[in-house]
Amino acid sequence: MYSHIMVPVDLAHADKLEKALQCAADLAKLYQASICYVGVTASTPSSVAHTPEEFSKKMEQFGQEQAIKHDLSDVRSASYISHDPAVDLDDTLMRAATDTGTDLVVMASHVPGLLEHVFASNAGYFASFSKMSVLVVR
Amino acid sequence: MTEPTDISPEGDSTLIETDYEIGQDNISTQIGPFNLDVHNPVFLISGLCIVAFVFFTLAFQDSAGPMFNAMRVWLTSTLDWFFIASANVFVILCLVLVVSPLGRVRLGGTDATPDYSYSGWFAMLFAAGMGIGLMFYGVSEPLSHFSSSFADNAGTPDSWAPLGGAPGDAEAAARLGMAATIFHWGLHPWAIYAIVALALALFSYNKGLPLTMRSIFYPIFGERIWGLTGHIIDILAVFATLFGLATSLGFGAEQAAAGLEFLFGLPATETTKVFLIIGITGIALLSVVAGLDAGVKRLSEINMVLAVLLLLFVVIVGPTIAILSGFFNNLVAYVQNLPALSNPVGRSDANFSQGWTAFYWAWWISWSPFVGMFIARVSRGRTVREFITCVLLIPSVVCVFWMTAFGGTAISQLVTDGVQTVASAPLELKLFAMLQELPLTQITSFLGIVLVIVFFVTSSDSGSLVIDTITAGGKIDAPTPQRVFWCVFEGLVAIALLLGGGLGALQAMAVSTGFPFTIVLLIACVAIVKGLMSEPR
Repeated sequence: MYSHIMVPVDLAHADKLEKALQCAADLAKLYQASICYVGVTASTPSSVAHTPEEFSKKMEQFGQEQAIKHDLSDVRSASYISHDPAVDLDDTLMRAATDTGTDLVVMASHVPGLLEHVFASNAGYFASFSKMSVLVVR
Repeated sequence: MTEPTDISPEGDSTLIETDYEIGQDNISTQIGPFNLDVHNPVFLISGLCIVAFVFFTLAFQDSAGPMFNAMRVWLTSTLDWFFIASANVFVILCLVLVVSPLGRVRLGGTDATPDYSYSGWFAMLFAAGMGIGLMFYGVSEPLSHFSSSFADNAGTPDSWAPLGGAPGDAEAAARLGMAATIFHWGLHPWAIYAIVALALALFSYNKGLPLTMRSIFYPIFGERIWGLTGHIIDILAVFATLFGLATSLGFGAEQAAAGLEFLFGLPATETTKVFLIIGITGIALLSVVAGLDAGVKRLSEINMVLAVLLLLFVVIVGPTIAILSGFFNNLVAYVQNLPALSNPVGRSDANFSQGWTAFYWAWWISWSPFVGMFIARVSRGRTVREFITCVLLIPSVVCVFWMTAFGGTAISQLVTDGVQTVASAPLELKLFAMLQELPLTQITSFLGIVLVIVFFVTSSDSGSLVIDTITAGGKIDAPTPQRVFWCVFEGLVAIALLLGGGLGALQAMAVSTGFPFTIVLLIACVAIVKGLMSEPR
C-alpha cells in the first residue's frame, strides 16, 4: 500500500507527537514501509540546536531512538533549513516529501480553532495541497 | 541513515558554552484564538513603555515636545565629539577587518554556505538601510550644503556651511556640498550598521547565542546578559526601533501626501495621510505574513529594480557627462575633505558639525539595532571580508553615485541653467521639482512616489520582523500573529502621533536613544574583535 512514510517532527515539542509517532510506526510495520523523520530549522540558533549542523545530528539521533523504541528496521532522518519557519514550514515540508519520495505523510496537528480560518494549520494546508496521502493525527 | 538534506557541514566555529536555552524565559500561551510565544518581560515592558510614552506625549504636548527636543539638542551639541569620534572608530575597525586575517572568518562556520544570492542579499540590506532617505535627501541635502557654502556669510558662526564653506565660489561650494552629503551617506552610516550586524551575526551563527541585541554583550557581562542587563538592552532596542519606524512612517505619510498633492492635486489632508499610513501598513502586513522570502525579499528586489530605473533615467536624460565625471570628482572631494569633516574636536563650523553631522550619527545609530539585526539575519555564510565589502564599501559607492546623479543634477539646474524651482521647493518636494525639469515628469514622479511608498513598506515589514524576534527572545519562528501585532501597533502609533501632534517630539526621543546605543556599539567593537580572534580562519 505505502512504501515510504514521512513524519514531520518538531524537536522542541517532541512530547506532543507521541500518537503520530506510534501511528507511523504501526503503519510502517503493517506495510513494511520505510520511515523518514523530517525536521525543519532556521539558520539562527534555536532552543533545539545552536547550529543547523547540530540540528541535523539531533534529528539523526531522534530517528535512531525511534527505530529502537518501535523496533523498526528501515528508518532515516532528514533536516531542512527554512529562512522563515513561522511562514515557510509547509512549503519546506512539501519539498522534503518530494525529495524523499514519500507516498504517505503522517503528521500531528492540534485541534483547529478560530484562527485556522485566517492562518491555515500546517497539517490542514499540507493535506489540501500535497499530492501524496496525508494522515493527520489529533 | 541520513537522507539527502539541504544542510551541508558548516565546518568549525567556536560555540560559547552556556546553560541558557533559547526561549527558556518565554511565555507560551493562548489568548483567545491567538498563540503567543513571547519573552518575559521584554515583550510586555517594551509594549507598555511605548503606550505610556505615546500617552505622555499626547497628554502633555506643551512640555513633552520641548523636553524631548531639548534632550536631543543637548546630546548632539554637547556630545557631538563623542558621536563623531565613535563613528570614526567604527569606520576604521571595519576597514582594518577587511585587510586583516580576521577577514577570512566565515559567519556560520568555516564551510557554511550563504543563505542568499548576492542580488537578493544586497537588495534587502539596501532597502532596510537607507532607501527612503535617499529619496528625500538625494536632492535636498547637496543643494542645502551647496547654498550654505556659497552664501556670503559662509564661515561665520551663524552659517550652516561645512568647513567654513566657499563664499561666492560656485564650483568649490558644489564640491564641498557633495563631499559633505556623501560624508553623511557614505562610509560612516554603513560602518554603524556593519558593526551591529557583524556583532549579531558572529554571536548568533558562530557562537550559538540567540539573535537578539543582548548577545553582543556576552564577552563583557557573561551570563548576566540573560538577566536585567540584557532585558534593558533589548527593551531599548525595541523602543528605538518602534519609535524610529513609527515617526518616520508619520513624516513619510506627510511627505508622500505632499507629493500626491503636487502631482495629482489630491489635497494633503489628515484623512489622506491616515489612509496612506493604513495603506502602507496594510501592504507591510501582507508582506510579513508572506514571510521573509516571499514578502520582504521580493519587495526589496522590486524596489531595487525601480530605483535603478529612476537612477538610470536621471543619468541618461540629465547632464550625463557631468554626472559621470562628477562621480569621480565627488569621490575625490569626499576623500580630500574626509579628515576635516570627521574631525571630532576644535571645529569652527559648529552648526554643521553638531546640527548636521552629530544629528545624523545619532539618527543612524538609533536605527542600527533594527537595520543591524535585519542585515545579520540575511548574512549567514559570508566571510567577514565579503560582508564588509558588501555592507560598507559597495553601498557607499552606490550612495556616491546616487547623490551625484540626484544632487549633482539639481545643483547644475540651479547653477548652470539658472532654474530656481528646485531651490525654492519645500524639502519634501525637491525630488519632484528636480524631476519636473526633466522630460516625462508624470512617469518619473509617479515612479518616485511608488518608490517612496515601497521603501516605507520594506522598512515597516523588516522592522516588524526584527521587533518580533527581539521580543520573542531571539526566536524567529514565533507565531505569525505576533509580527502582525507589531506591524499594526507601529501603524497605530504613527496615526496617533500624526493626529495628536507628537511626531517631532517622539522622533527627537528616538534619536536620543542614539546616545546609549553609541556605547553599545563601542562595546560591540570590542566584542567583535574578541569574538573573531577565537574563530578558526
